Amino acid sequence: MSRITPDEVRELALLARLALSEQEVARMTSDLGAILTYVDALRELDTAGVEPMTHAVPFDCPLREDLVAPSLPIDAALANAPRREGSFFQVPRIVPGPSGGAAEEDL
Amino acid sequence: MEARGASALSIAEGVRSGKLRAREVTEQFLDRVARLDGGLGCYLLVDAEGARRRADAVDAAVKNGSDPGPLAGVPLGIKDIFCTKGVETTCASKILRGFVPPYESTVTARLAAAGAVALGKLNMDEFAMGSSTENSSVKPARNPWSTAHVPGGSSGGSAAATAASLCTGAIGTDTGGSIRQPASLCGVVGMKPTYGRVSRYGVIAFASSLDHPGPFGRTVEDTAALLEVMAGADPLDATSIPAPVGAYRQAARAGREGGSALKGVRLGMPAEYFQPGMDTEVEAAVRAAIEELRAAGATVVPVSLPNTKYAIATYYLICTAEASSNLARYDGVKYGYRTGEARSLEELYTRTRGEGFGAEPKRRIMLGAYVLRAGYYEAYYGKALRARRKIADDFAAAFAQCDAIVTPTSPVPAFKLGERMADPLQMYLADIFTVAPDLAGIPAISQPCGFTKAGLPIGLQTIGPALGEEICFRVAGAYESRTDWHTRLPPEVA
Repeated sequence: MSRITPDEVRELALLARLALSEQEVARMTSDLGAILTYVDALRELDTAGVEPMTHAVPFDCPLREDLVAPSLPIDAALANAPRREGSFFQVPRIVPGPSGGAAEEDL
Repeated sequence: MEARGASALSIAEGVRSGKLRAREVTEQFLDRVARLDGGLGCYLLVDAEGARRRADAVDAAVKNGSDPGPLAGVPLGIKDIFCTKGVETTCASKILRGFVPPYESTVTARLAAAGAVALGKLNMDEFAMGSSTENSSVKPARNPWSTAHVPGGSSGGSAAATAASLCTGAIGTDTGGSIRQPASLCGVVGMKPTYGRVSRYGVIAFASSLDHPGPFGRTVEDTAALLEVMAGADPLDATSIPAPVGAYRQAARAGREGGSALKGVRLGMPAEYFQPGMDTEVEAAVRAAIEELRAAGATVVPVSLPNTKYAIATYYLICTAEASSNLARYDGVKYGYRTGEARSLEELYTRTRGEGFGAEPKRRIMLGAYVLRAGYYEAYYGKALRARRKIADDFAAAFAQCDAIVTPTSPVPAFKLGERMADPLQMYLADIFTVAPDLAGIPAISQPCGFTKAGLPIGLQTIGPALGEEICFRVAGAYESRTDWHTRLPPEVA
């Protein structure tokens, strides 16, 4: 019995915004199942009272002076955009158009 | 000058003294790459024009009598995870194909300012996820000692290119072993410094609390010289450490002082890294190396790192959680690959990511999303963060009894292409001796310490306490000065 079902994999893929083929779902179900079984070894480790370690070295979040510094020009920031319009990144329509139509536009 | 086998510092010395011209050195290495890289797959991009421009600037500085920098004319390879302004940077992923960074990473900027000549961008496992460079979306890299074998990973291109003299040194990143394991498999030196010792600014993020940029070299001193330039506080990386940079080259040279180089140095040998059933050739070579260190004046003491067996599980829970978050930025909107047929924003995201990521990043995004889910978070991610502290505490306790810890870098020599691709867990276990220092954030160096009967390199790992880069270089320098493994050259395969 696998630790994770194909339906759980499909739901997780949706949350992670990953389109997976049915073949990928099958492979992912078996791979994740094996990895989750392996990491179960951690359960035997007693971690009661142990402080979680989120950072490798002790570290105070340093604050810099709040000064205006040069930033990327708009054209440089947009230069890698797959689609742009003027000074904007362009994506498919996400709100209904003036006619009340749905997201019909294919960009 | 003979380019094959040349050390970085011998080139810098020649260029600085006017005996060598950076442009000529650059042309020699570009020629080697053109002739020899076809069989090795180290380079994803060769920036010949940029390299010539940088070399000419170094030569002009020498001619004008100004200081061309400590790495004047040194030909370097850059793992394709470092953003290079105006030069395509893909992390060997389809999803970043065509991405031309509008800014430069701190590390590559510092190396250029020191006179180094970047020849191009090196192959790697996609998003640094892997231990063989077979997860590159472009092509696998191969081991120069045997092209049927992997160079290790994820910085496999960096290690293989350095070994094959397709550059004299390189930079990479180490999240679970990605500098040291390929250095071991390719017979070169690779150093992962303390977390925060080298700036991550402009390094494409995989697992931010574990990502360590670091150098590769043919010799310990070359590697130390690169780290001296790369290291130091950076206002652009809030996690960079403000402590002054150590005298790494001096530490590497101090190790050469004959029979007393390591007098007073206590080396810890952890039983957990010498288990029954380990590869006999690796074990014999590493034990012999430790005897050599004893002959150089060190005392060897047994130490224990009892939570070692939990390191791989801990690592994969933490790195996948961080990766799932870091890789959320690839959505087909701002840069890189975008699907051709999305009819909604939702579909734009899911199709772009489904088509753009390879199998291993998908696996890690999914696992990371799973362990961070409400209801599972404490059982998986929370547990792993606590286990991480126990693993780090093991090292702290061991360093109360010793100055450095010596182990094999990899439990096995290079494996064959394809051998571990079917089973992700088998691939993950390749990092069994390298992940714990990443979790603890402490420095560790790998250097060649022998060869198998089949002619594949074996690596020795020396681990130091936080900010203990100098003791790592001193031990490694001592070992190198007493042996000649680092002078061996792989066959030339045209």
